Amino acid sequence: MLFRKFSLIVYALLILIPLLVVMLTSVKTLQETFANPLGFPEGGIKFDNYIAIFQEQTMAGYFLNSTIVTLFSVTLTLLFASMIAYGITRLNSWIGNILFILFTLGMMVPAQVIMVPLYSLMLDFGLTNSLVGLILVNISSTLPIAVFILTGFMKTLPKELFEASTIDGAGNWQMYTKIAIPLSLPSLSATAIFLFVMHWNDLLYPLLFITDNAYKTLPLALLEFQGQYSTNYPMLFTGVIIASAPMVIAYVFLQRFFVAGMTAGAVKG
Amino acid sequence: MRTPKSIYLFFLPGLLLYSVFFLYPTVSALFYSFTNWDGFSDAFQFIGIDNYQRAFTADSIFRKTIGNNLKFMFVVVIFQTIVALAFALIMLKNTKTTIFLRALYFFPTILSSVSVAFIWAFIYDPSLGILNRGLSTIGLDFLAQNWLGNANIAIYSLAITQVWFHAGQMLIIFVAGLQAIPQEMYEVAKIEGASKWQTFRQVTWPLLAPSATIVVAYTTIQSFKAFDLVFAMTGGGPNYSTEIIATYIYSVAFEGYQFGYASAISVIFMIIIAFITFLQFKALRSDRVSY
Repeated sequence: MLFRKFSLIVYALLILIPLLVVMLTSVKTLQETFANPLGFPEGGIKFDNYIAIFQEQTMAGYFLNSTIVTLFSVTLTLLFASMIAYGITRLNSWIGNILFILFTLGMMVPAQVIMVPLYSLMLDFGLTNSLVGLILVNISSTLPIAVFILTGFMKTLPKELFEASTIDGAGNWQMYTKIAIPLSLPSLSATAIFLFVMHWNDLLYPLLFITDNAYKTLPLALLEFQGQYSTNYPMLFTGVIIASAPMVIAYVFLQRFFVAGMTAGAVKG
Repeated sequence: MRTPKSIYLFFLPGLLLYSVFFLYPTVSALFYSFTNWDGFSDAFQFIGIDNYQRAFTADSIFRKTIGNNLKFMFVVVIFQTIVALAFALIMLKNTKTTIFLRALYFFPTILSSVSVAFIWAFIYDPSLGILNRGLSTIGLDFLAQNWLGNANIAIYSLAITQVWFHAGQMLIIFVAGLQAIPQEMYEVAKIEGASKWQTFRQVTWPLLAPSATIVVAYTTIQSFKAFDLVFAMTGGGPNYSTEIIATYIYSVAFEGYQFGYASAISVIFMIIIAFITFLQFKALRSDRVSY
């Protein structure tokens, strides 16, 4: 029993200490960090790094770009994926099955596999250095897993619901918005959280398609701070905190949904 | 009952995007893998299977890359699975403490790879880092290392970071799997006087096997796809010692401008992942435990 408690505490410390160090370092100067990397700042807590990073970087712009890209990518992936899931569920024929297989095949192909041809495609379309381009690629890359999760859920909805409303003269669009979507909310919300985390944190696509500062998202900007600030950890960690803040705040309040969403993604992805 | 034809419209937007930005590039990766295209010029030649031949016979870095990927994979799969399972077993009951701790252990999963990379770069920092300072505090100075700069151990340092990053997520999958085991099974085992180990061996393990398969398969795939973390922490260095297949594709294509060859490696990569995913699907199909 004692050993159990001890292990639980050790693991908790392994998570907490690094996070605490990140927070402390972000309110220290570089000199204080070199003098005492792990302790409290000698000259007291200062938010100078936060002010400096907003002055030196177009932080607000990166933040806005990340927000735009994430919101559109998540919303549109959910919209298109739920439409496809509805279609597959309602078709219930070999065509539906083939489409389902076609979409879920995408789960087997990691983004890194198609980065080379995708890059030249984006170049041809003039979609590099464009938030729209990023959103389109994001949607198509997470569509497979979203279709997979949502179809699995919609297939469990009772068929009679749809059949009854067909008799009542409801069209597909009505059935989709009035029946399929409201009843799939638990699955949709879990998928939404999974997608939020994926898109907010994504590095690969911005790295491939964005070179102009005006269109950079937070993870890419953060990566490039490393080149600028080198081992100026106070600045790097200030960036880390700003970039992670929305996810962390959401996690604190929606923990249960996060755990459900991220695990659904893992099990099915 | 017939479904109106309008149903096909529901596939339209998704299918269109998916075809243009996913299916087409996937097929063209295959196409370019038989060419010597540099990625920019209009002209290129078909060179048959030369790229594949080069990957398997002439490219020592690619061989090293596969080796690194396997090292990384084994360490991550073994550590992550053991940690996740052990902690899932001791945190099985839902109490205030276990719910809080599970949420805490899960926390790193929501961070971006770049953030995790910076945190661990600081931990591993040879002079400032927590790790070396901690070791010297407890008198183990001789273990202090340049954790990311030493070509012999850098890949393992990355693997430990990956475990810190994702073990909490796997832990939750195990908890879900374990909680789905009917309580009566344990009562029967108790009545029959089974020892703790016997109970684990006879009751827990067989019913846990499906979630274990999921965790192992998922972790395996994750460790092949760990592009972001490796790219942000070491960029594949020092001296290719942390180059994994995913980062190698990037450097061949975007630093070496050999799109044809990078495509061939991508196809090999795709086959490896597809094979693992296929095993995962097979395991899932035999999975009767619901979450």
